Amino acid sequence: MKKLSARRRHPLAAIVVLIFALAATGGLYAAFAPAGEAQAGETAAAQSLAIEEGKKLYAVGCSSCHGTGGQGTSDGPSLVGVGAAAVDFQVGTGRMPMQAPGAQAPEKPRMYSQAEIDQMAAYIASLGPGPAIPTEEQYGTEDLSGEEIAEGGVLFRTNCAQCHNFTGEGGALTRGKYAPDLTDVDAKYIYEALQTGPQNMPSFPDTVMPEKEKRQIIAYLHQVNSSDAKTPGGFKLGGYGPVAEGLFAWVIGLPILVGVTVWVAARNAKARKS
Amino acid sequence: MSNTEHNPRPRAKAPAGERVADWADGRLGIYGAAKKNLRKVFPDHWSFLLGEIALYSFVIILLTGVYLTLFFKPSMAEVHYHGSYVPMQGVVMSEAYASTLDISFDVRGGLLMRQIHHWAALIFLVSMFVHMLRVFFTGAFRKPRELNWLFGFLLLVLGMFTGFTGYSLPDDLLSGTGLRFVQGAVLSVPVIGTYLAMFLYGGEFPGTDIIPRLFAVHVLLLPGLMLGLVVAHLILVFYHKHTQYPGPGRTNKNVVGFPLMPVYMAKAGGFFFLVFGVIAAISAVFQINPVWVIGPYRPDQVSTNAQPDWYMGFSEGLIRIMPGWEWVIPTGHTINFGVFVPLMVFPLVLAVMALYPFFESWVTKDKREHHLLDRPRNAPTRTGIGAAWISWYFVMLVGGGNDLWAIFFDMSINAITWFARIGFFAVPILTFLITRRICLGLQRRDRDKVLHGRETGIIKRLPHGEFVEVHEPLPQDQLHLLTQHDQPKPAELPPPTDGHGVRRKVGPVEKLRVRINRGYYGPKAQIPKPTVREYEEITSGHGHH
Repeated sequence: MKKLSARRRHPLAAIVVLIFALAATGGLYAAFAPAGEAQAGETAAAQSLAIEEGKKLYAVGCSSCHGTGGQGTSDGPSLVGVGAAAVDFQVGTGRMPMQAPGAQAPEKPRMYSQAEIDQMAAYIASLGPGPAIPTEEQYGTEDLSGEEIAEGGVLFRTNCAQCHNFTGEGGALTRGKYAPDLTDVDAKYIYEALQTGPQNMPSFPDTVMPEKEKRQIIAYLHQVNSSDAKTPGGFKLGGYGPVAEGLFAWVIGLPILVGVTVWVAARNAKARKS
Repeated sequence: MSNTEHNPRPRAKAPAGERVADWADGRLGIYGAAKKNLRKVFPDHWSFLLGEIALYSFVIILLTGVYLTLFFKPSMAEVHYHGSYVPMQGVVMSEAYASTLDISFDVRGGLLMRQIHHWAALIFLVSMFVHMLRVFFTGAFRKPRELNWLFGFLLLVLGMFTGFTGYSLPDDLLSGTGLRFVQGAVLSVPVIGTYLAMFLYGGEFPGTDIIPRLFAVHVLLLPGLMLGLVVAHLILVFYHKHTQYPGPGRTNKNVVGFPLMPVYMAKAGGFFFLVFGVIAAISAVFQINPVWVIGPYRPDQVSTNAQPDWYMGFSEGLIRIMPGWEWVIPTGHTINFGVFVPLMVFPLVLAVMALYPFFESWVTKDKREHHLLDRPRNAPTRTGIGAAWISWYFVMLVGGGNDLWAIFFDMSINAITWFARIGFFAVPILTFLITRRICLGLQRRDRDKVLHGRETGIIKRLPHGEFVEVHEPLPQDQLHLLTQHDQPKPAELPPPTDGHGVRRKVGPVEKLRVRINRGYYGPKAQIPKPTVREYEEITSGHGHH
């Protein structure tokens, strides 16, 4: 020890201490956190790979309208800041890529697999912060009570019915635009549409409509307008209200009754020869 | 039939039925009335039963309506719903709406009754409408039936308003929007609009009075009036006797058909149940006005597809196609033409139909009684006017449902609205011209058939190689049918001077009347029917063509 203490003022002492200290921290770090470092590197690599792949898909499928860097052109809006949720909705429901310019992009069979959509979503998300693709617990509705679902109905009638009709059968907007039919639309897509406000729809971010209210609306829609919905009165004739009912009275009800009158009028005393 | 005469039972004591009838006759005089009316003869044609569909659906509406009043609560007091329909649990609503949900889900047979009531109402209006068209196109409204036409017209209008008040009662989001529409229309009346609206709704919209008030109007006032009018309508049908289609043996002075008792009693009774059956079947299978998904009315909510039932659809159309013009006059008051003009055109559309019989009798100066019906083609101008009115009405319906046309035919709602705006003026004119032309074509065809017979489809080759189609002369009854109608001479203005050389004064109204009359009976308005001489000349054996 004496030898050691005698050399503590040696010019190289500081360097030796530094080496020992570095070895110790390095060793400790290597002992306690080797796996973490490797994983972080992998995720970042995967992320940048997804962005890379998404960028390629984007260049082929989207850039002609939205611009090579997502900055938008005269044919399509900028995608900076729209978020992954918007991509997942637009491409996932087949609305994008658009087939032809028109008043509105209609829903059609989707052109990309979910993996490809996720890659494009990653690329668009990398352009600027925006809403992420919601998780199942964000849009799941299993935990809602009857009253909460009914409240969703009130929310739906207040915020959505003026365009989508009482039960979301869809409705016309100006100049060929329209609010689409919501029958059997995936909960995820309804959630994303509310979040991002696609096409002519206003957006309802969480500051305006909290996550729970979105779930309530989704649950209400499922109750009244889906293949599981009950129509206690019989066939619902499209659910479009009085115009459809009046049309039915004229084109089905009246002809049946006229048929009956013709039949009754033909049954007269003359016809019976006895 | 003949068994009753050989009935071996002693006549010492009359059968119970006869004794009851005797008892009633002693007090009510039913034998006299029955003798007069039970053997009344009615002609036979299916189109004469369209009015009966209306009558029977009216009865069905009354019956089901009574059932619904037992459970409906006409109150706008607010309650929280706790019935059995889950997606409405705990929602704040009026008692009227809550009781409608209860009728739909918690009253035995309630939903079916509601649906029968509503479907029967739609079919009631449809059948009145079609019945009216039948009367119109066959000229059955002519003397002596002008007043009965007006009774029928009033029934249609009252039916429309009864329907509208009934549509409003459940206080759902759809009907509340309709009431808001009415309030807007009332507000648009210059000067007194605000007062009227306050009076009607008992204060600011929606208030708490309108549903109870409409309830009284819907279940008491209007049905009472209609019931009275229905009776008057039927009494007049009895009094005038029924019209009949032309045919051999049928004249203006007789009615060819079967007696009311037993033939029509049996038929009408059976027909009632058939109509009831059809309406009940439709109501059991097809949902109508599902108020439970429409939601309770709240003034801050509205839905697309908010339209009235079809019979009010033309008023919706008028509103939708009218540009939203608004003037602020120097006094600072607003005149809203966008709503006020449709409000004024609404009665006009109906008045055109109501007043037509009087217009026609003014034009034709025809004071004779008519019990034989016209074939529509033989009255081309009237038929043209009727068709033009229908097309006009249809354009308004298209305007009223413009959003659904846009959705189903992938069109722009603006384009449809513009079509309706232009069509409102153009389509009736076009329809009039085309229909009149079709009628004249059919008259030519009739003339041709009388003179040249029916085309048999048999082609004959003559010895010199010519091909001809064999025409077969029409049977006698057909010839009668095609030539029995009157062809009145067109009116003419009197000579400009009378016998003393004094200038005659002809007023502008008379000049107009003569011009219109020539539109009805002038050379361009009817094809001269074949004369006996023409017929004999052509059928005297000079071949078939």
